[in-house]
Amino acid sequence: MDWELMWDSLPKLLAALPVTLELVGGSLLLGAVVAFVTALLRLSGNRVAEILTTAYVFVFRGTPLLVQIFLIYYGLGQFEFVRDSVLWPFLREPMWCAILALTLNTGAYTSEILRGAILSVPLGQVEAARACGMSRALAFRRIVLPVAVRQMLPAYGNEVILMVKASSLASTITLLEVTGLARKIISQSFAVFEIFILAGAIYLLLNFLASRLIKYAEWRLTPYLRARA
Amino acid sequence: MLELLSFGPNGWGGQLLTGLAMTIAVSVSSFALGILFGSAGAAAKLSHSLVLNGIAEIYTTVVRGVPELLVIYLLFFGGSGMIMAVAGVFGYEGYIEINAFSIGVAAVGLISGAYSTEVIRGAVQSVPVGQIEAARACGMSRWLILRRVLVPQTLRYALPGLGNVWQLTLKDTALISVTALAEIMRVAHVAAGSTRQPFLFYTTAAVLYLLLTTVSTALFERAERHANRGVRRA
Repeated sequence: MDWELMWDSLPKLLAALPVTLELVGGSLLLGAVVAFVTALLRLSGNRVAEILTTAYVFVFRGTPLLVQIFLIYYGLGQFEFVRDSVLWPFLREPMWCAILALTLNTGAYTSEILRGAILSVPLGQVEAARACGMSRALAFRRIVLPVAVRQMLPAYGNEVILMVKASSLASTITLLEVTGLARKIISQSFAVFEIFILAGAIYLLLNFLASRLIKYAEWRLTPYLRARA
Repeated sequence: MLELLSFGPNGWGGQLLTGLAMTIAVSVSSFALGILFGSAGAAAKLSHSLVLNGIAEIYTTVVRGVPELLVIYLLFFGGSGMIMAVAGVFGYEGYIEINAFSIGVAAVGLISGAYSTEVIRGAVQSVPVGQIEAARACGMSRWLILRRVLVPQTLRYALPGLGNVWQLTLKDTALISVTALAEIMRVAHVAAGSTRQPFLFYTTAAVLYLLLTTVSTALFERAERHANRGVRRA
């Protein structure tokens, strides 16, 4: 073990942490929007919307994330009309390509989690809300969605951890986030174990924090399950 | 443009097909290795030894909490060093090189095994204790109970979870392309670079993966139906 090298590499790896956090935070935020829209469209009862969203979820869950990242980063730039479009300043940047790929990926998985949660809300509760005179939209906003969000939290926690790990794939399109930088330091110093331990510890810590955060949210959203003091 | 995918001397069809075969070979091998690791991990987690519990717990926590790519880099850059260190203990001082296939299978198998551990542990625990007691009351030895009562039922309970692990494993093999092993992703990458048609080749790769995941979903469904043929449905 080369302790000195480990000690010297730690600040370097930590300097790459903001990139990882941006990737994870950005794609989770945008992915939540995509997932929400997708889940609603899939449950809308409109045939066309259902087929389109089912196809989207099928494709993005059935292919590796690496294919999706490469397809967006290398594939789209092949077309003249993409390079001429207003989106090109974004699609040219590996950062935005990575965020886009991660967003679409997590959007597909999360929409399934959300759809399952919405379907698990007891019908009686919706009927009761309707009987109280709530419109469908109000019943959805006040009854279905809060219950569904509470219901989906454990599964969503897994998805957050998967996203923290998935952000490492951004290193394959030249982004220097924690894994990318770890690889760079390894190929310069050949201190494989030292760097693996450091980078691994950073990811474990991130995942630990993420799971604690989800646990806290779960606790906050289930006051009725807590023992009364 | 489609002639690029043909099987002629100008097409990449043959190489893509070889890549597909390589992906299947890596996936099946790592999944099998994963089940081996998973069974050992589950046995360790369910044992009464604190040391074994701790080792298995560290294994699943670390491997499931660290990016797959990092595990692959660890074995890719450090794999031959590890083997040489072990060989050094036995007095062998030469240089040992491991091929990309073995490294890939070891890395993905290690990851797959961590997920399999949890699936198998859950499945073992869902076998009713009464059945084990009944088997013992019939005079079966521990091995006989394992073989006749525990394993067949564990397999049945574990099948849906193992199906998920298989899908994960299949998709993780795409990451081995960083070690230059010629599986689907690597072939697509090389072809995209030399023909300047990245969209075409990555789309082809995506279609091949979709094919694999769809077929394997169907196969696992059949296996589940087969495994549950003796179970009464409500």
